Amino acid sequence: MLRILVDRLLTTLPALAGVVVVCFLLTRVLPGDTAAYFAGPAATPQAIEQIRKELGLDRPVPEQFGRYVTELARGDLGQSLTTGQPVLADLKSRLPASAELTLFGLVLALVVALPLGILAAVKQGSLADHLCRIVATAGVSLPVFFTGLLLVYLFYFVLGWSPAPLGRLDSFASAPPTLTGFYLLDSLAAGEVETFRSALAQIALPGLTLAIFALAPIARITRASMLAVLGADFVRTARAAGLSGRKVVITYAFRNAVLPVVTTLGMVFSFLLGANVLVEKVFAWPGVGSYAVEALIASDYAPVQGFVLAMAILYIVLNLLIDLAYGLIDPRVGSAAA
Amino acid sequence: MITRRTAIAAGLAAPLVATGRAGAQAPTRAETLLLVQEYGPNSLDMQGIGASQPVNGVALNCYDRLLRFKPVPIPSGGGNQVSMTELEGELAESWQVAPDGMSCTFKLRDATFHSGRPVTAKDVKWSLDRAVSIGGFATTQMAAGSLEKPEQFVVVDDKTLRIDFLRRDKMTMPNLAVTIPFVIDSELAVKNGGGDPWAKDWLKNNVAGSGAYKVESWKPGVETIYVRNDAWTQGPLPKLRRIIARDIASPSTRRALMEKGDADISYGLPPKDFKDLIDAGRVKVVGVPIPNGVWGLYLNTKTGPFTDVRLRQAVAWAVPYEKILQASLFGRGVDMSGGPETPTVAWPQPFPYRVDPQKAKELVAAAAPGGFTTTLLFDAGNATVAEPMSVLIKEALAPLGITVEIQKVPGSNFRGEIAKKTNPMVLNRFAGWLDFPDYYLFWTMHGNNSIFNIASYQNPELDKLVDAARFTDDKAAYDRDVVRFVSLVERELPMVPIAQPTHDVAMQKTIGGYQFQPCREPDFRYLTKG
Repeated sequence: MLRILVDRLLTTLPALAGVVVVCFLLTRVLPGDTAAYFAGPAATPQAIEQIRKELGLDRPVPEQFGRYVTELARGDLGQSLTTGQPVLADLKSRLPASAELTLFGLVLALVVALPLGILAAVKQGSLADHLCRIVATAGVSLPVFFTGLLLVYLFYFVLGWSPAPLGRLDSFASAPPTLTGFYLLDSLAAGEVETFRSALAQIALPGLTLAIFALAPIARITRASMLAVLGADFVRTARAAGLSGRKVVITYAFRNAVLPVVTTLGMVFSFLLGANVLVEKVFAWPGVGSYAVEALIASDYAPVQGFVLAMAILYIVLNLLIDLAYGLIDPRVGSAAA
Repeated sequence: MITRRTAIAAGLAAPLVATGRAGAQAPTRAETLLLVQEYGPNSLDMQGIGASQPVNGVALNCYDRLLRFKPVPIPSGGGNQVSMTELEGELAESWQVAPDGMSCTFKLRDATFHSGRPVTAKDVKWSLDRAVSIGGFATTQMAAGSLEKPEQFVVVDDKTLRIDFLRRDKMTMPNLAVTIPFVIDSELAVKNGGGDPWAKDWLKNNVAGSGAYKVESWKPGVETIYVRNDAWTQGPLPKLRRIIARDIASPSTRRALMEKGDADISYGLPPKDFKDLIDAGRVKVVGVPIPNGVWGLYLNTKTGPFTDVRLRQAVAWAVPYEKILQASLFGRGVDMSGGPETPTVAWPQPFPYRVDPQKAKELVAAAAPGGFTTTLLFDAGNATVAEPMSVLIKEALAPLGITVEIQKVPGSNFRGEIAKKTNPMVLNRFAGWLDFPDYYLFWTMHGNNSIFNIASYQNPELDKLVDAARFTDDKAAYDRDVVRFVSLVERELPMVPIAQPTHDVAMQKTIGGYQFQPCREPDFRYLTKG
């Protein structure tokens, strides 16, 4: 197990190096002049030149890259010009917000999509099957910012059930002491029920928005993979042996059908991180997505590079976890890899 | 029932008994303002390089300047705007311009910084020295009022400072009241500066001022919380004790928050939302036509088709002014067409053009009989307004044989594009802090060719008139020069003015004391709630 882990980690190093180089070059190739943007209104050409010099943008690109890599090796991701803070600090404070929202949405989607997919497969052509199809079609075809605004309009503006979409907490509540950076967990750990309730109320709508988006692929793949397994010989054997329907579906069929679902889950998670950008905008969620987009619009290189790097690392870790999960779910996969 | 407010009233009525207790209590919701804005400050130091627009608000509320603009009522009601030519003392108790008009001596009030140190002339000098030497926007803005060298700022004694003028410039005194020349606790800054003589890094993350508010917490991109400085005596003590400024990127969300009454005040919504809010009548919208601000279509006079003045005039006869005002600004602006033949002493003002397709056609037929294809560029950051505007312009120019391709570029690109000065048509909104016609033209049409002279217009005759107006003391000569240079640009049209936009702010009906500032950031010091 440990050897697989180390092997896998070693193979990711070239990929990471590639990400660093490509991302650096891409940000430099982008049109747009950081110095002119940050010189502000009414800047003279001299002022712009001075800023360019201060940011080191007047140097040749290889030299800029050398400096970037040296700083990266020291764990310094540079300074964001849009927030005025070190990129590392920004990512540290914003990544948990995005991760909490994404995971919340994913869990919500799973809770609905798995039973729905299983039901649709078991009772093909039934009402549940049609429902699954409708939900899946609606989920993929509605853009997330639209779903988000619609939910805000309905649940906040018209019905008044949901609190104001002001970010992670009500403006008069204060954040729980940081442990994981996930407000839901931290507030529980600190025993602050009031904060937990506020955080849960705030995350409900954006989480639901993401969940609706994530529902479709999970439900579809669960249904398809369940159908394949349910038609297999061993299921027929199990049924013939007189096992209860519940035992056949959950223990035998689902366990075997879950591998493709886990694979999809990894992909859905990465889609969700992308979809986050728009949801964060609508719900004023202080996550990394909106942070990176704002930096990109301002040609603010350091946060963009930091964001891409963080995402790359996140994907690598995620894929690793999924690979390890394969081994746990289906021992045959683990032994084949070793 | 004893409410928070009656408790304070009781405190004020019987100071010996209750003030201490009232002061010690935490601010309630009634004394807390929730502001929602598109984005917040990226620094706490407006003099620093790269400070974003909302940093002006930090400078305004957390620091003091020598002078401030006098509030005067907004003609259409709803609060106050400022008078450029009437100044009040902020840190200055009194000031006296020397008989030769070449210097001004300021006497300082007994004010203290948040640190408890008294404000001295040495701090003022250090701060002004910093503004003129730090580079970037701060230095440019100081120079706009002929404040260019540290030697101009002379400490006479602890409480007296003299500013020597380089030349007679009517913008010198108003320029001391904008958000740049704020006064910093120099000892505190230098002590924490870690060897940097201007403490740039430290001041970016810390406030060392004497202003009416302190920054309690600042989470860039999330929120900024201000608390009142109870020891502030440079003006009437502000009513609001705590301000929470939340960054909410989506305008739809900000509007929903306002309409539900969850937010108290919102800046920067699209014009359509402001119009809808006014029509719905649930919240108050206060609009001020942005002084010295105008949406203009810049036509390149150096390269491309519009080097021919007849084509620039053809465009001016074709732009659908009224339609643009309704469809892109939703009526939140002032039309810039159909002005008098002889201009008045004002800027911006309507030019004598209006929609006249016949005239436009004749001019195009004479100058470019076959018509031509050109591009129209605008900043994607302004797309809500600029996109419909450019589509309407494109539609209006098509019958003349002018085919327009619309190009929308993101902010950082836009700067680069207009700096090239090669784009034939650019739609842009420029607004000068100091409300003088010559100031506007100095930036947008003068031969110094600043980045905002997008049309790359060069005309020695105009330069002479603008420079003369800028440095004259003679009111009659000034008025004559302004009328002359406005007539000149009306004929020459390096820029076709379209509309003067309104600066709108939406607030709950319980919010009073709105104060418009040239920097267009909220001034918490005058606001009231309840």
